[in-house]
Amino acid sequence: MFEGGPVPVRTMHVALVGNPNAGKTSVFNALTGARQKVGNYPGVTVERCWGELEADGRRIRLVDVPGLYSMNPESEDEEVAVRAIRGEVRGEPEPDVLVFVMDGSNLERNLYLFSEIVHLGKPMVVALTMTDLVRKEGHRLSVQRLSRELGVPVVPVVAHRRIGIRRLVRAILEAPGGGYPIPKEGWSTIAARYEWAHRVARQALGETHHGLRRKTTDRLDRWLTHRAVGLVVFFAIFYGVFQAIYTLSQPLMDLIGGAFDSLSGWVGSLLEPVPVLRSLVVDGVLAGVGTVLTFLPQILILFFFIGVLEGTGYLARAAFMMDRLLSWCGLNGRAFIPLLSSFACAVPGIMATRVMPDRKSRLATMLIAPLMSCSARLPTYMLLIGAVVEPRFGPVWAGVALFAMHLVGLAFAVPIGWLLNRKVLRGRSLPFLMELPPYQMPKWRDVGLGMYLKARSFVRSAGTIIVVMSVAVWALLYFPRSEETVRRLEAEFASQAQGAASVEAYVQRGLIEQSYLGRMGAGLESVFGLAGFDWRLSTALLASFPAREVAVSTLGVIFNLGDGVDGESKDLRMALVEAKRPDGSPLVTPAVAAAFMVFMALCCQCMATLATVRKETGSWRWPAFLFSYMTLLAYLASVATYQVLSRLVG
Amino acid sequence: MADVRQGLVARVVSVDEEAPESRRFQEMGLTPGTRFRVLKVAPLGDPIEIELRGFRLVLRKGEAGFIRIEPEEAARV
Repeated sequence: MFEGGPVPVRTMHVALVGNPNAGKTSVFNALTGARQKVGNYPGVTVERCWGELEADGRRIRLVDVPGLYSMNPESEDEEVAVRAIRGEVRGEPEPDVLVFVMDGSNLERNLYLFSEIVHLGKPMVVALTMTDLVRKEGHRLSVQRLSRELGVPVVPVVAHRRIGIRRLVRAILEAPGGGYPIPKEGWSTIAARYEWAHRVARQALGETHHGLRRKTTDRLDRWLTHRAVGLVVFFAIFYGVFQAIYTLSQPLMDLIGGAFDSLSGWVGSLLEPVPVLRSLVVDGVLAGVGTVLTFLPQILILFFFIGVLEGTGYLARAAFMMDRLLSWCGLNGRAFIPLLSSFACAVPGIMATRVMPDRKSRLATMLIAPLMSCSARLPTYMLLIGAVVEPRFGPVWAGVALFAMHLVGLAFAVPIGWLLNRKVLRGRSLPFLMELPPYQMPKWRDVGLGMYLKARSFVRSAGTIIVVMSVAVWALLYFPRSEETVRRLEAEFASQAQGAASVEAYVQRGLIEQSYLGRMGAGLESVFGLAGFDWRLSTALLASFPAREVAVSTLGVIFNLGDGVDGESKDLRMALVEAKRPDGSPLVTPAVAAAFMVFMALCCQCMATLATVRKETGSWRWPAFLFSYMTLLAYLASVATYQVLSRLVG
Repeated sequence: MADVRQGLVARVVSVDEEAPESRRFQEMGLTPGTRFRVLKVAPLGDPIEIELRGFRLVLRKGEAGFIRIEPEEAARV
């Protein structure tokens, strides 16, 4: 308008609306790129993406509204979408222009939503996507005719190649001036609207429109959703995905861990003169930051695969094939990805619940995902099975025990999922209605951007919580301590030949024993005694609440070996086997070991999981619920395990 | 709708407006008179994939029980 004029022009608010799968994210990415911001809508579990761009000296604030099928919302996502379109979201101004992203290969159903939105009388621009697909299938789509029928500008775009994006921006800038006719036909029923949609689609596509052939898709689906072959391919693909998360992330995590160890060593030597500060920075802050970063490889790898599988259209097929299985615990096929990835790590698994559009199943999935046996539990299983099961029952039973530990969580997840759906979570379960989009090549730019945004939002929101909690637990383990205690412990070590590896290890153990956390462990001995745990095992469990991967090294400290041990450690296995109760009986019997592992399997000892649930749900209510029910479950199950097994095998 | 097999081509006769899900199924295109084809039954027997209005939709047989259909032809598989 007034180019270079001194008067600041008001920011233009634009909302991107459309059906799920219409290519909205690609258009949004093409318009905003990595400058986009991701957050949550206030009070709900729905992701909110917005970004800004500048064109012709005007600022455009673009909001990517969640995909929806109708203006009569069914899911939480749709409810938010409708409110955003109407300008009823707190802190979000009413949009000046609506950009309707319309899938050209699925015109009729997209036009149905258009017929509902055009009623609002807002200036609109249609971004027509998938035109390349339509052309490939041998059809001609007349943009002019479509535009004439709709009475709004229609801009064909191929978003991932940035084709048509500048024309789209131009059309957005010009949109507010235009007055658009609201069709006045008899749109009283859904059927009448669909009749209109059908007519317009025929106008735009000619006679061919219902004969859209999906040659490639049909050919692929013949095998990919085949009764037998489909299942084999499915298991092969997800076995690969799972293995990749499990094995590819390990070296990267080790790399990050190693880098952090050297960083900690370096910072530690700088802060040597002030032991409290040194311990705070090294064991509290840096340990917390290290924890945050070690989750990144798994998040990046999982979201790479989700991006590719979703972009190709295979994810919907996987949900189609798995739906029956998951319906047994009240979920639907879409819960498959989050639950499977939780076997590697619940954090990316919980973040992946975004693929589920309905709040109730999303929450239920989030709340059972941490029951899946993640890789951080493995070292403890290896340690105890190696110490107790293998020497006594042989390697076959050791394998069976390891497998059984992976089934424990799953076995509880089914009834708990069912209960959550029936009794705990409010709201009606939505019918499972899912579109199977045509197969396509993944858009690498969108895949990469998705990985980047997921990682960024995890570090920013969950990361902060994790570091704070890490410092809190550090304080519980560090305080109270004094020079005096250290000297007393050193003297104790010198005077009586204690069975500790070194004086440092002995002091370390002594300091833990009299720390706040150690006292809590001792105080809880009567409670945990029912599961067969003494103060040492109880303290190890308590210290593992922030992150269960520290269980083994805490046991190392408590059993006088220092913190440098791992699950394969022969010394620690020996120490566990030889540990005695005050009355001289062995501490770690098979029943105690099993009870300890069952506790680890069922308890939510992972602040990263809780922080992620907080981030995804936007409140502390659900993480608190998750933590309480899992702790209670873990306690009861470990007591039952101990009470039954100690009578059977001792 | 509760009992369909692969390859069936049918037309929606009527939709029970009382059913709480009826609105959403209609919004997804299953309005009375709509012709559709059953493309696939999932390996475990449910859900099913149908083609209608030029797109493909997955739904559970049980949840679509309130939709009355009339087979048009028993197409070859």
